Amino acid sequence: MSRVTIPLGPQHPALKEPANFSITVAGEKILSTSSRLGYNHRGMEKACEERTYIQDMYLLERICGICSHSHSTAFVQTVEEIAGLDVPRRALYIRTLIGELERIHSHLLWLGVAGHEIGFDTLLMYSWRDREVVMDLLALLCGNRVNYGINTIGGVRRDITAEQIAGALRDMDILEERTRYYIDIATSEPSFIARLAGVGYISREDAVRLQAVGPTGRGSNVAIDIRATDPYAAYGEVDFKVITDSHCDVYGRAVVRLLELMESYRIVRQVLKEMPDGPVTVKAPRKIPAGEAVSRVEAPRGEDVHYVKGNGSDKPERVRVRASTMANIQAVNKMMENNNLADVPIIIAAIDPCFSCTDRCVRVIGGKREDLGWRDLRRHGISWYRKHWGIDFGELNRKLHSLRGER
Amino acid sequence: MAQSLFNIIVFPGFLFLCLAGVCAEYFDRIFHARMQNRKGPPWFQPVADFIKLSAKEDIIPEEADSFMFRAMPVVAVAATVTSFLYIPLWGSQALFSFEGDVIVVLYLLTIPTMTFFLAGWYSTSLYASVGAVRTITQLFAYEVPLFMAVLAPALLADSWSLSGIAAYYRAHPLYWVFNLPGLAVSLVILLGKLEKVPFDIPEAETEIVGGVFTEYAGRYLAFFRMTIDIEMVVASSLVAAVFLPFGLGFGSVVGFILYLLKVTAVIAAICLLRTIFARLRIDQMVDFCWKYIAPAALLQLLVNIVLKGVLSQ
Amino acid sequence: MKIPGKMAKEVLRHSLKPPATLNYPYVKPEMPDNFRGKIVFDPVRCIGCRMCVKDCPALAIEIAAVGDKKFEARFYLDRCIYCAQCVDSCPKDALLNTKEYELAQIDRQNHRITFHAHADGVVVDPAP
Repeated sequence: MSRVTIPLGPQHPALKEPANFSITVAGEKILSTSSRLGYNHRGMEKACEERTYIQDMYLLERICGICSHSHSTAFVQTVEEIAGLDVPRRALYIRTLIGELERIHSHLLWLGVAGHEIGFDTLLMYSWRDREVVMDLLALLCGNRVNYGINTIGGVRRDITAEQIAGALRDMDILEERTRYYIDIATSEPSFIARLAGVGYISREDAVRLQAVGPTGRGSNVAIDIRATDPYAAYGEVDFKVITDSHCDVYGRAVVRLLELMESYRIVRQVLKEMPDGPVTVKAPRKIPAGEAVSRVEAPRGEDVHYVKGNGSDKPERVRVRASTMANIQAVNKMMENNNLADVPIIIAAIDPCFSCTDRCVRVIGGKREDLGWRDLRRHGISWYRKHWGIDFGELNRKLHSLRGER
Repeated sequence: MAQSLFNIIVFPGFLFLCLAGVCAEYFDRIFHARMQNRKGPPWFQPVADFIKLSAKEDIIPEEADSFMFRAMPVVAVAATVTSFLYIPLWGSQALFSFEGDVIVVLYLLTIPTMTFFLAGWYSTSLYASVGAVRTITQLFAYEVPLFMAVLAPALLADSWSLSGIAAYYRAHPLYWVFNLPGLAVSLVILLGKLEKVPFDIPEAETEIVGGVFTEYAGRYLAFFRMTIDIEMVVASSLVAAVFLPFGLGFGSVVGFILYLLKVTAVIAAICLLRTIFARLRIDQMVDFCWKYIAPAALLQLLVNIVLKGVLSQ
Repeated sequence: MKIPGKMAKEVLRHSLKPPATLNYPYVKPEMPDNFRGKIVFDPVRCIGCRMCVKDCPALAIEIAAVGDKKFEARFYLDRCIYCAQCVDSCPKDALLNTKEYELAQIDRQNHRITFHAHADGVVVDPAP
């Protein structure tokens, strides 16, 4: 049978963000795959060095639209650790609450996307409709539906009222009932199971070796959940189970996410009921002392790691982010072995990828990392494109400026 | 002559089918949307889509076979419209009929699928080629059960003409009940023929972009979409004529309303099926057709053979 | 237990219900009170400390002195990311967020809003 290499991406209906997977198939069977990232590099880590800590918080929150709270929590935790701030307990509870609401909205979104990838649009429509409940709740608590902006260095920006707690508890009941229905569907609809079961198999050993994190790892029975293994915020004080599944395939990952939703409702209820009184923020200095810290947060997609190095000024010396997709992307090529071309979208979707979070750029020459300033990096980019592609950005910029009006 | 020309071009031929196709697409889309708790498109949406597509630039890829690329949409429409002329709509007499037209209609309904294959194949793009191969694989899986399912009522009626079948069931009003398994089989197969979920494998958007229609744009795509709309009406009419031949003797007005109701019911059933399932993989689809659908069709055939023996005594 | 077409009951039940979506341009969703929408500026309260300018992640605010202890603000709403950090930073509550969320404009110039300081109150002048 003849071999054909099919490019999937950078533009493809199954991919919500640009990435490229080259898939060599014989008929419908996949022989080999290779993935390529880097279409959406945004230079965020470098940009952080040019901004103050407060500005960085909002910048890093926008690494990812879905796990925005996880990224900003990870960042403020490192900064608080460097500055030695003692964050009030109420603030930690509110962070936990928003983190779990974010997980609920992300997992419901994933369920819909997974449904869409296997042509089950009805599931997409229903789960996204029900997701509106938690989105509206987030808007009520934080002031917006995405990019909640609840964190600030030394606490949270908004307090929660008794009325809002009652409303949130009501919403949890609605969501729990709906989630039960989706679990019912996922375990009894044969066409849904047929498309997920046995697809994208990755054994526990491979999952550990390839650093799968979050639901991807837990779907292969790797019981690692930062909320339990390295508790942050108020997770040490609430009772919840780490959900794992031994299917090791896409179905296992779906089951993990659905059951995690049920755990999230439990956590949210506990947090709302046991919310301590007190202030929600402590005064944070503008200038953060010199020092460095690492913090880990369990985002809906897996573990987020942030590293911050301060130099005593109001701007960080270095910020490093490892988003969860960066860890999971290695496993995707392994998962695609021995599968069909038709399974590729759902296998990619099963890690809940976020390629823009993942794209990084480091220039290493002869083993030595060369430090480029913001201006140098820009100049390097312009000259690289002129040399390799003959693109003159000066001309383009002039055109853009004339189109937009002066800035 | 003038009468025949009117029949072919205006009613119940091409123009009527275009209108019916537009209505069918609208009904399918709005019912699908309402089942998904959405609002759905406004009533003029299918027409607006057609006009918009027709106004767009026709792009023919350099690598593609220009003649085949342009000819296929027209062949597809022509074949579908032709097959409609042999299907009795109300009453038991089709516009044209001869002994053996069941086979011809089934054959003509295979042509659109073949044109999808050829269109994809001659587009020469990767996604379109994969889609084309999937189309033909799927065709082999569902065509045999469809033939068996449709020929079973014909066997009972002892006629190879759709009009003859209708006349037989008109004479024996309750015998259509025996063909209900065949109805179920043919409804499932219609999903494959019309390339709808769970059998929309050849044009699976999230897997192979647009499948066989990936390279199509503008007028040609509009024609293909019209073909699928018309095919929906024609295939539903075929199912209604073969498996639901009741209430044929009440004159043309009642008959026409009843015909519309039957076709609507068939389209609603297809729409419901496409709403509640996930898309299968091509190997699962082939397995499913040979494991469950083909034996069910065979069972229908056996039942009718036995019945024929019993009833003729 | 596998049941084919498990969702059939649910979808048929919903086919008779009104859609869950809002008919948007005609029916507008109401945002909660503390929604982080368009920012408004009160020149009377501003003391010109420029904390908002310093903290704004998007560099979307300019505060200019136009007289003795009189300040006017210029907003670049096309750059604003609606984080409302300026509202938090302002020591005198001169900046407030509103519930307004329909902020799309065809012309970029319409996004530049200047709040002029006037003796008899506030006049919003969208012209640059």
